[in-house]
Amino acid sequence: MPPSDPASHNTTQDTSGLSTRAVHAGEDRLKLGHSITDPIFCASTYTFANSQAVLEYVEGDLPREEYGRYGNPTEKVVERKLAALDGGEEAILFSAGMTALSGLLLAKLQSGDEIVLFDECYHRTRQFCKDYLGKFGVVTHQIPACDYERMEAAISPATKLLISESPTNPHLSVVDIERFVALGRKHGVETLIDATLATPYNQRPLAAGVDYVLHSCTKYLAGHNDLLAGVVIGSSEKLEAVRKLRGVAGLINGPHNAYLLLRGLKTFELRMRRHNENGLALAEFLEAHPRVEKVYYPGLPSHKDHDVAKRDLAGFGGLVTFLVKDASEEETAAVVDAVRLPRIGPSLGGVESLIEQPLLMSYHDFTPAERQAAGIRDNMIRVSCGIENTEDLIADFQQALDR
Amino acid sequence: MEFRTRAIHVGNRRDAETGAVVRPIHLAATYVQPGAGDWGRFDYARSGNPTRKDLETTLASLDSGTDALAFSSGMAAIHCVTMLLSSGQSVLAGTDIYGGTYRLLHKIVDRAGIGVTLAPAHDLDALEAAITPQTRLLWIESPGNPLLSITDIAACAEIAHRHGLLLGVDATFATPVLTRPLELGADIVMHSATKYLGGHSDVLGGALVVADRALYDRLYFIQNATGAVMGPLESFLCSRGIKTLELRVREQSRSARQLAQFLLADDRVARVMYPGLPDHPGHEIAARQMDGGFGAMLSFEIAGDFAAAKKVVESTRLFQLAVSLGAVESLIEQPASMSHASYDPQDRRAHGVADGLIRLSVGLEAVEDLRADLLQAMDSAF
Repeated sequence: MPPSDPASHNTTQDTSGLSTRAVHAGEDRLKLGHSITDPIFCASTYTFANSQAVLEYVEGDLPREEYGRYGNPTEKVVERKLAALDGGEEAILFSAGMTALSGLLLAKLQSGDEIVLFDECYHRTRQFCKDYLGKFGVVTHQIPACDYERMEAAISPATKLLISESPTNPHLSVVDIERFVALGRKHGVETLIDATLATPYNQRPLAAGVDYVLHSCTKYLAGHNDLLAGVVIGSSEKLEAVRKLRGVAGLINGPHNAYLLLRGLKTFELRMRRHNENGLALAEFLEAHPRVEKVYYPGLPSHKDHDVAKRDLAGFGGLVTFLVKDASEEETAAVVDAVRLPRIGPSLGGVESLIEQPLLMSYHDFTPAERQAAGIRDNMIRVSCGIENTEDLIADFQQALDR
Repeated sequence: MEFRTRAIHVGNRRDAETGAVVRPIHLAATYVQPGAGDWGRFDYARSGNPTRKDLETTLASLDSGTDALAFSSGMAAIHCVTMLLSSGQSVLAGTDIYGGTYRLLHKIVDRAGIGVTLAPAHDLDALEAAITPQTRLLWIESPGNPLLSITDIAACAEIAHRHGLLLGVDATFATPVLTRPLELGADIVMHSATKYLGGHSDVLGGALVVADRALYDRLYFIQNATGAVMGPLESFLCSRGIKTLELRVREQSRSARQLAQFLLADDRVARVMYPGLPDHPGHEIAARQMDGGFGAMLSFEIAGDFAAAKKVVESTRLFQLAVSLGAVESLIEQPASMSHASYDPQDRRAHGVADGLIRLSVGLEAVEDLRADLLQAMDSAF
């Protein structure tokens, strides 16, 4: 049941269906002005009735708004909904996925600390950890994805956080969350999963004991390719320092985006079902196509992590990566250019399908050796399946590959 | 392209200048012209706006039309259609039409000297008999509100065209996912975009779609001259909602069908009105003219009085007590005390709106949760 008492937004106790939570969780049943939808609070500042009220606020720490950088009522609704979907106690919204990551790390780490991360993390995540946290004396150890022994070996008394994405991008490696959490617990180190690709539809890492879940909400959660947002979810106690840092550094999103995210979340469950269906159908189609060398998709038995994926994921997502057989960089680009429905562009998770050649898009500035180390092949194509009709997507790839 | 793919891509071309995957929201009220007397594609936002035009392009595609117009509300869209008529001509409408349409015809349109006649649209002989030499427009709804009556659109089109009338269909309850009246011979299809098209209870809007450029030109002239256009932010939100229209409508229809069957099996329920049930009087026609679903609206009569029905609608925890319909949130209402309260009780009952009637707009919540909620609300009233 959704909370009927405005004061009781108990996000971890909600046992209703995922779609029910997507529509109702985190919202008051009776809203301001009796509106069926939450209003967009644009106010930058919040006023007090009189000086006594100011005094009561500053001395009593009353739960009310003060200034937009510290919080906003529209944003709080979406934070509660995001927390409910992931089964977390608290969620903190940021202006982008990278802001959520950098905000969390800046709040939790200090000079001399070490972090260990699987190397299939988003390249900007690796860049931030190595180049920027490095400047402040935080040491980053990169370990090949899913190599738990080497991850354990890299843990030292200075290690404060283990980081991974799951599934990873663009190889779709699936981390064994239980092993990952067990490693952290054994050594008293906190764990962070960037679950952007899994979404709370396919996996809820907090339930497995992960300390922090992070999403680029820009992707499946917002789902319409029309806003940027990030979120960190976890226990209120652990996130207290993160919320404080967000307020001080001003890494906030905005009320209009918060509303669009809230609106997008209403159809989250429905959209994810279609993304999962389209992803699996396209992966199976591609694997059977003679012009395809290899498909990376955790839902396929041929994927190296299929067993973990089958056990831990409710669905395998909308992202599909594949290699065009015996194709040069240019021949691969020709396949991308021959596709009509997915548009060429970075990002993923929206209703519109997108396609890219990682070599040209995200990894263009890398040297061939760096690309090889990152597993980025010249003939690699990444597809973010939208929610279009499956037949249209398959027919489109059929005509593009048959040229 | 299939329906869902068109809902996402038609009217949402890649922005040529920036490559933006979602086109910008144009708020401009006016547009700079290439020269004096030399008009560009857009001149003044009442006459046309790129964001509204994108939505209209999508709407035309989804309803298998050539052109569409987006209005500030559903009523503004219907009003525009009635303005095709002149003094001395008349409108023939079905008896089971939305109260707002009834009010528009009887309190606004008739003042312009346009006659208004009502006849039961499910009784085709009675409908045809009500046509006079002055009749120019036949206006129907299917499914109807709140009794979910079904009107045979193709048969009405045949009658209308035999008498030289235009047929307008308010297809708000069906949506273009389930029924495309233009394919069945209708001349004008109308939607309250506030409902399923917008789909998130946060946009007011209306739409007209036609498959005839000359008719579009006449309607466009009226819209431009009178000015009830949809605003750019609403147009954007409506377009955004349409991207999930097919998923929402099919899912909500599936849930509604399950709830209809669930209610039918409850002995505290006297009657369930849902076109997907085999005993619904319009079931056969609905199965023919509705594509793979019967909609997400359903009404039922409890075996109890006004007070018992009132208690049910006030006891749900998930269904919210409100008029309107078609959005992700499930709504419940008692027509006798809410949408049809202004009727004289005798007239209301004669119209089929019993005191124990309850109307549901089934949303996107998990159907198990909706069923449990209805059950506990019924338990609290009986």
